[in-house]
Amino acid sequence: MARITAGITTSHIPAVGAAIDLGKMWEPYWTPVFKGYEFSKQWMAANRPDVVFLVYNDHATAFSLDFIPTFAIGCAEDFAVADEGWGPRPVPAVQGHPDLAWHIAQSVIQSDFDLTIVNRMEVDHGLTVPLSLMFGQPQAWPCRVIPFAVNVVQYPPPSGNRCYQLGKAIRRAVESFDEDLNVQIWGTGGMSHQLQGPRAGFINKQFDQRFLDRLIEEPEALAQMPHIDYIRDAGSEGIELVMWLIMRGALDAKVKTIHRFYHVPASNTAVGHLILENAQ
Amino acid sequence: MALDKPYFDVPGTTVFDAGQSRKGYHLNMFCMSLMKAPNRERFKANERAYLDEWPMSEEQKLAVLARDYNAMIASGGNIYFLAKIFSTDGKSFQHAAALMTGMSQEAYAKMMIDGGRPPEGNRYVGEKK
Repeated sequence: MARITAGITTSHIPAVGAAIDLGKMWEPYWTPVFKGYEFSKQWMAANRPDVVFLVYNDHATAFSLDFIPTFAIGCAEDFAVADEGWGPRPVPAVQGHPDLAWHIAQSVIQSDFDLTIVNRMEVDHGLTVPLSLMFGQPQAWPCRVIPFAVNVVQYPPPSGNRCYQLGKAIRRAVESFDEDLNVQIWGTGGMSHQLQGPRAGFINKQFDQRFLDRLIEEPEALAQMPHIDYIRDAGSEGIELVMWLIMRGALDAKVKTIHRFYHVPASNTAVGHLILENAQ
Repeated sequence: MALDKPYFDVPGTTVFDAGQSRKGYHLNMFCMSLMKAPNRERFKANERAYLDEWPMSEEQKLAVLARDYNAMIASGGNIYFLAKIFSTDGKSFQHAAALMTGMSQEAYAKMMIDGGRPPEGNRYVGEKK
């Protein structure tokens, strides 16, 4: 039986990807960010998954305004790395796991979550920066990846509670897959940040730390937080944090924190990172 | 019954909702076209002529030509789409963010290193610090 062995959250800031690709990781500005991921890379070497179910958002790359799926699951054999306007990131192509992806799609749709199935899709920094942060710069990614894109660009994104319940459905789907697979679920994006308008640069450390606490300890109550609270208190782009609730829904009510990291700033954004396992 | 839109009192913030998306469709799709290198070249060679190929409003075209990102957002632009314009210009998100806040890029970068724009005084229109 396949099982979800860990949940990970991380920001997916494009400038972090650029710092990795241009070899600037140990410059003074970036050192505190990458130090926060040193433990994670070691932990990952000892806890390598077969598959990562990677929840992220597309940033007007694969999806323009022509099609705006709320939840899209990547069922392809592989996913090319997108050219976001300055050439594709120099990272390996992403190998999918179509059997598990299709299984999850069929199971989750029958649990009332109407996913969009995607058989061809380029992936942007939202997906590749987390892979670089957790795996470094290998010749090939060491596991399969199922991209799961959530709309957080066109308002409204799905509610926190919808995301949390979807996480539960994804867990049930994974656990009904016969093959013995070690699956991790990652929720990416956040934390507080605003990239637009006169309020750009907005950061709320108190909100972020409280969000991390509540995600760990009381996710069900956190899932009730309305969109306006994210926008007002975490910035207009901080609303990406709803994606972390998909990860959290796929774990037990009680979890143990393997690693927790928070830093301001990376470019315009607060960086948050957790590694969680079920408490039992 | 009208939709609940509780986000108009967040200062300096435009939520990319249904109304904005409908208004900004052609502006944002123009931005999307800049993902392709040949289109970037054509745009750079004659910006006005390239913009005239799109059914955008004059207000939107002038905002693009002036690189007035706040005006683009007001007329329906979304920042992830508008990013294709400043990427075409070889500029960063921090450059664009500084422009939108009316700060120099140095002052903006320093504000971020110092912890970012604080929530106090920035959560509600008219809120006192």
